[in-house]
Amino acid sequence: MGSITLQKVSKVFGEAKVIPSIDLEINNGEFVVFVGPSGCGKSTLLRLIAGLEDVSAGHILIDGKDVTDAAPAERGLAMVFQSYALYPHMSVRNNIAFPLKMAKLDKAIIDKKVADAARVLNLTDYLERRPSQLSGGQRQRVAIGRAIVREPSAFLFDEPLSNLDAALRGTMRLEISDLHHQLKTTMVYVTHDQVEAMTMADKIVVLNRGNIEQVGSPLELYKSPRNLFVAGFIGSPHMNFVTGTYAQSKNAKTAGIRPEHLGLSKDSGIWRGTVKVAEHLGADTFLHLDVEGIGQITARCDGEFGAYHGDTVYMTPDETKLHRFDDKGLALRA
Amino acid sequence: MARNVTTRHKISATVAAWIVALIIFFPILYTIITSIKTEPEAIAGFSLWPSGTFENYITVQTQRDYLKPFMNSVILSVGSTILALIIAIPSAWAMAFSPTKRTKDILMWMLSTKMMPAVAVLVPIYLLFRDFGLLDSRIGLTVMLTLINLPIVVWMLYTYFREIPGEILEAARMDGAGLWQEIVYVLTPMAVPGIASTLLLNIILAWNESFWTIRLSTTNAAPLTAFIASFSSPQGLFWAKLSAASTMAIAPILILGWFSQKQLVRGLTFGAVK
Repeated sequence: MGSITLQKVSKVFGEAKVIPSIDLEINNGEFVVFVGPSGCGKSTLLRLIAGLEDVSAGHILIDGKDVTDAAPAERGLAMVFQSYALYPHMSVRNNIAFPLKMAKLDKAIIDKKVADAARVLNLTDYLERRPSQLSGGQRQRVAIGRAIVREPSAFLFDEPLSNLDAALRGTMRLEISDLHHQLKTTMVYVTHDQVEAMTMADKIVVLNRGNIEQVGSPLELYKSPRNLFVAGFIGSPHMNFVTGTYAQSKNAKTAGIRPEHLGLSKDSGIWRGTVKVAEHLGADTFLHLDVEGIGQITARCDGEFGAYHGDTVYMTPDETKLHRFDDKGLALRA
Repeated sequence: MARNVTTRHKISATVAAWIVALIIFFPILYTIITSIKTEPEAIAGFSLWPSGTFENYITVQTQRDYLKPFMNSVILSVGSTILALIIAIPSAWAMAFSPTKRTKDILMWMLSTKMMPAVAVLVPIYLLFRDFGLLDSRIGLTVMLTLINLPIVVWMLYTYFREIPGEILEAARMDGAGLWQEIVYVLTPMAVPGIASTLLLNIILAWNESFWTIRLSTTNAAPLTAFIASFSSPQGLFWAKLSAASTMAIAPILILGWFSQKQLVRGLTFGAVK
């Protein structure tokens, strides 16, 4: 079991209102990702759930039980930190066993659980090593091992992959998703990387300045962002925003069109642009263009598109996939 | 080509390091050399080739017993260091892990006491020692050395404790460790290297402290610093014997320093090198 409920939770540091007031429901077994730019309060929110920070007002419920004033260890949660936070003077075995020793379990049970966790995480050969003798990915797996042996009601991840290189990050992303499928335990995951959010989450919570901008599945956020912030944050490359006459012709203050929803042609189209930078990735092509009367536009097309710096390219936005926003930045529904 | 340049660079750096080290070490080396000269050789002028006599050591030992000041030095330096650690560990701990607005000011104030010239408080301290009957007592000197080195001990420990990442302590809290378990299983093992180098450095500082130990002791509590000093006044020009006494006084600490080099370097860089 592991449902988490936040009721009007707020956090104030001195004068600064980091989190004004948040209501949120996290269901048992869900993989929830908090995403947002740095300083949006996502880590603070996670630490409030963990009990490492005290809430300034509001309540936190785990499985319906009010834990607002409970110590971190009493909440039955496990956390994986960005710096891994392994105990440097302990072997991998003792790092993983530490929470079990704190819970005063039998040695035989501890040994079995550590061995099981080590097998799941491919750490069996490294049990006697110290954290300093491990690679970044292995350290992260030890941190995860230390979390899973406790069989917590929910896992909290605080930007766990940001210290790893790009290739390893991709692998660890899969491993964590795989772990979620095996354990079926609630996971709350904080990241500033929207690709991690899109690929791993059942539910994404987009945060900005301590407020929830939108909650939804990755595809909901992609297809119908509630406002300009979510529209610009979710999706890579970012959505193009167009104001002026084109937007007015669509009865909007701002029109938004994703780079992948622009039809490209070398002969004809609604917009005419000059290629400033072309990125040929093989599988797809990104074009950064200067468009007359519109401004900077990024376009993306599958496969190879033979345009280079200085070339003229025509674009036609797919109007069925156009996003429209009013003067407050809120999405207009058709 | 590149390899040649680095090799040459390495050789010149090594030679430079040896030269600097020799310059720094030379006074000690010359003291040792002088200690195995005869008295006429010692006053005859500069010479690096002694006749190699150990007569001076025998004379020094028969004139004044080496063992007593040596034991006093050990008691004073080890005693004052342990006392300083007992006071400094909890205070540095508190300042590092639950700092307040005033923590930095308190640290600065503590350090500022080291900026005061010792001689400025010689008379009041002497009178205090006299009135409390602490003159020439091991207890009095131990307390004095503790107080002198306490600011540095607190500063060093504070720097070490600050290096322990907060996330590790939070991880321990999440893992179910109470305050006591956090201290025993996580904090202390991580703090031990820092405490060890602070301990070593403070023993050396206390061993070498001469201003107060010479002035506040005469015979009973006199450590090796006073032992050396006693050869300089009544027997003024006996350089060879004075050198022998000095060599005997610095030998133990030199050996301790040699064997604990690694810890000491870490201590001296004050946690700046990770």
